[in-house]
Amino acid sequence: MTAPLLRGPFRYVGHKRRLREDRRFVIGAGRYAADLALPGTLHVVPVLSEHPAARILAIDTEAALALPGVRAVLTGAALAAAIDPLMNGAHTPAVRRYPLAVGQVRYVGEWVAAVVADSRAIAEDARERVRVDYEPTPFVLDGEAAMRSDAPLVHPEHGTNVLLDRRFVWGAVDDLFQEAAHRLAYRVAWGRSSTVPLETFAVTARWDEAQETLDVWASIQMPKFPDQIARALRLPGNAVRVHYDVDVGGSYGVKRGIKHAVLAGFLARHLAAPVRLVEDRLENMTGGDMQGPERVFDVELAFDGDARIRAMRMRALDNVGAYAGRSPFQLGKPIGAIVGPYRIEAVAYHALAVVSHKTPEEAVRGFGQAPTNYAIETGIDRVAAFLGLDRIEVRRRNFIRAEQFPYLIPSGTRYDSGDYHGLLDKVLRAAERADIFAERERLRARGLLAGIGIASCLEPSGGNSAFEPLLNEHNRTTTWMESCRVMVDALGAVTATMHTTSAGQAHETLVAVAIAEILEIPPERIRIVRPDSLAALPSNSPVGSRMAIMLGGAAVGAARQLKDKLLAIAAHDLAVPMADLRYREGTISAPDGRALAWLDLVTIAHREFFRMPPEMEPGLAASAVYQVPTGGALPVDGRVQMYPCHSFELHLVLVALDPVLGRPELRRYLIGHDCGQVISPDVVRGMTLGGIAHGIGAALLEEFSYDPATGQPTAVSFMDYLLPSACEVPEIEIVHQTTPSPLTVFGQKGSGESGYLGAAAAIASAVNDALAPLSRRIDRLPIRPAALSDLIAAAKTTTEK
Amino acid sequence: MTALCLEVNGRVWHVEVEDRTSLLDCLHDALGLCGTHAGCEHGVCGTCTILLDGAPVRACLMLAAQAEGHRITTIEGIAPRPGELSVVQDAFCETHAMQCGYCTPGMVLTAEALLATNPAPSRAEIIAAISGNLCRCTGYGQIVEAIALAAERRRGINIAAGAP
Ligand code: FES
Ligand code: FES
Repeated sequence: MTAPLLRGPFRYVGHKRRLREDRRFVIGAGRYAADLALPGTLHVVPVLSEHPAARILAIDTEAALALPGVRAVLTGAALAAAIDPLMNGAHTPAVRRYPLAVGQVRYVGEWVAAVVADSRAIAEDARERVRVDYEPTPFVLDGEAAMRSDAPLVHPEHGTNVLLDRRFVWGAVDDLFQEAAHRLAYRVAWGRSSTVPLETFAVTARWDEAQETLDVWASIQMPKFPDQIARALRLPGNAVRVHYDVDVGGSYGVKRGIKHAVLAGFLARHLAAPVRLVEDRLENMTGGDMQGPERVFDVELAFDGDARIRAMRMRALDNVGAYAGRSPFQLGKPIGAIVGPYRIEAVAYHALAVVSHKTPEEAVRGFGQAPTNYAIETGIDRVAAFLGLDRIEVRRRNFIRAEQFPYLIPSGTRYDSGDYHGLLDKVLRAAERADIFAERERLRARGLLAGIGIASCLEPSGGNSAFEPLLNEHNRTTTWMESCRVMVDALGAVTATMHTTSAGQAHETLVAVAIAEILEIPPERIRIVRPDSLAALPSNSPVGSRMAIMLGGAAVGAARQLKDKLLAIAAHDLAVPMADLRYREGTISAPDGRALAWLDLVTIAHREFFRMPPEMEPGLAASAVYQVPTGGALPVDGRVQMYPCHSFELHLVLVALDPVLGRPELRRYLIGHDCGQVISPDVVRGMTLGGIAHGIGAALLEEFSYDPATGQPTAVSFMDYLLPSACEVPEIEIVHQTTPSPLTVFGQKGSGESGYLGAAAAIASAVNDALAPLSRRIDRLPIRPAALSDLIAAAKTTTEK
Repeated sequence: MTALCLEVNGRVWHVEVEDRTSLLDCLHDALGLCGTHAGCEHGVCGTCTILLDGAPVRACLMLAAQAEGHRITTIEGIAPRPGELSVVQDAFCETHAMQCGYCTPGMVLTAEALLATNPAPSRAEIIAAISGNLCRCTGYGQIVEAIALAAERRRGINIAAGAP
């Protein structure tokens, strides 16, 4: 049964309203994992590997243990004997991963041992006294090099450095390449950056001897977190209680923390004391296992003289670092939008994930979609340049047209809705008002290099797990549900639940607004609570831009059931058929004017059972477990419906750069954004602006670089890994469009990754437009000022000769 | 261990900490003022910002012992009365100038210090003032708006310069 869809006007959905979360944050009352201070807590710090690759010959813990206040030093061998390996995403059973290295280290910063002491400071002192005997072995950092037959193996038992090697062909690719008038090939590279939240990873674990349960408070955004801890620690699932009422200080994908929680959980149980692990920034940047995709794309496009792109071949090589949890799946999610917003008829896709001696990769905002969008958008610009056509015109000719939705792409996903041409026109009108094109000419006339960048791309949203069975046939997961319970107490107050942590996405506001819309009561009257994992309904986490769709869907489902129950009670009490009743703001009235107010209904349900319909349960509570609206079929022939909803964004950016300094400056920034019906406008705006800022970082500033000679990471603090400050982010104008999704109750789509998915592509496009007069281009992110000024200087020398 | 006497949020606290304890750790762990957050502990991110005699200072770069004899204000000491919000705090709620809230205490304190000395800052002055406070969530747009709104409202209700 499909629930009826609502299409406004809405009472609360889409209206500006203060968010319920903000008050606690502005008074400093956010409750983060590191704020928990249980009496008797012990502190753990990891001993970090100094080598990119080495055998561990011996670990001498004596001197560390001799320091007063030190409680234990745990080595990898001891831990591995007592727990099971952490979960792998790809089917690679020989690639075993434990919280602490066993026998050999595979990257600088890897945890080799754990020191536990009465304070963090003592634990740090003791860490200096742990002596590890290493025998360094050859290492490999580069993804391509790691695939060569003579490359040192990161996991010798696995037999190769390749973790995932999958080829898909969707449609008549070879025929179209033959048939098309033109072909071009190019390579682009997305540098190793990440989301780098300001809060590092933090966890406290406590073993309750009497209950035999492990309590965990952690800064997480991880589907199936309690299950994974229980599995690794060989505990029954109902022995792990994860507390979800912890504020997470930013995540944007990376706060997975499995190894942290398993280590802290193990220590808490064995030392019979609360154990806390709060990374410092250096530990976070090296051994925090949170670096993002580092990806090289080789792309070929086949297109006709009218710029219609017919087919694409794409090879994506991802260097996932030393271990892989879910990271190879980041090559899978983009399959659901592999043609972007364009009518490309056939695609061949070769996905390669390789291990290297770098810090492991973790899920990053967009789960691989932003690099893929950058690769596609570069191609669109290149087709335009090849044919001497305007880049906007080329996009216009290739966009899927509004009347073609729902639109089936070659890889099996049906895009739900969109109006790409409509948004393009709106953005161009705004660009005219902002005088962007004329401004570029003025800048050029002043001797600066100036360029306009364009990127149009999709944000697949409503995250399901379809890429899991697609890339790993041993994994048959086809649901990632979210849940909500709505309860009305005997005094008439409404409380609703959600069952995950949040990292700033305002989910409490989302749930309240969704329920308020259905029950027609102000959202402020609804309290939102987060039961712990043992009291929780089945839920996952806020990944894949899914919560507006999934948690919103669950909240609406529960609220509707509750409303139906109220109607059934009223129908019975008033002896009027349900269909004749009118529900308005909590009061139900019959055609003859008799009515039951909210409190009357509540009183019947909670106290006056004799007035209830027969067979109906007393009380007022309803819960819903919501499945992704497109269902959950397994892949067939390498095709599957990936995410259900598809938001669209179109960036237009003006960049100026001084030819000597080579430092790109963003002079104007416009983004057209369509995520269907917006639920909380301030939230969507914040996500979009924040996503763009993050994309500016990926395009120009941020990279986890390594010294090729030594394998040492060279960006380990905020002094060498540069997050954009207020000075680097220009004023941004957002142009809105609302194309409701036909699949969701309010027509909403996701927006948690918006802005980020196209910003880097747009900035690269602008820089290349600026370089065009010199016949140079740059196809590697981040674009560093040094690389740019060298390129410009070289171009000048050539022309002067 | 050293016994310190610190003036925080208008109150005198007696606390025993190791000599090496940073002001950040002292506030967060010893005094339980958890609104002061650790982001980098090397002076770049500004999440640990507090006011020292009214001026924004990074609590991670100071020893607790160095703070003796100074007036310290943390985010917990900004609201005029319990249950109320300062104009700046209220403006941050109005424009939704945050997401995860981790940078928020530092941002609010930096903004308080700016408006205390410059009641009508330009956009460029607001940006310069917060340029030492990183925010990974918001892209700064709604933060700049909040500070401009707070400035306007403070002028409207005639708050004297010099606070807090
Ligand atoms: S924690 Fe003090 S500046 Fe980052
Ligand atoms: S609100 Fe999350 S870092 Fe600023």
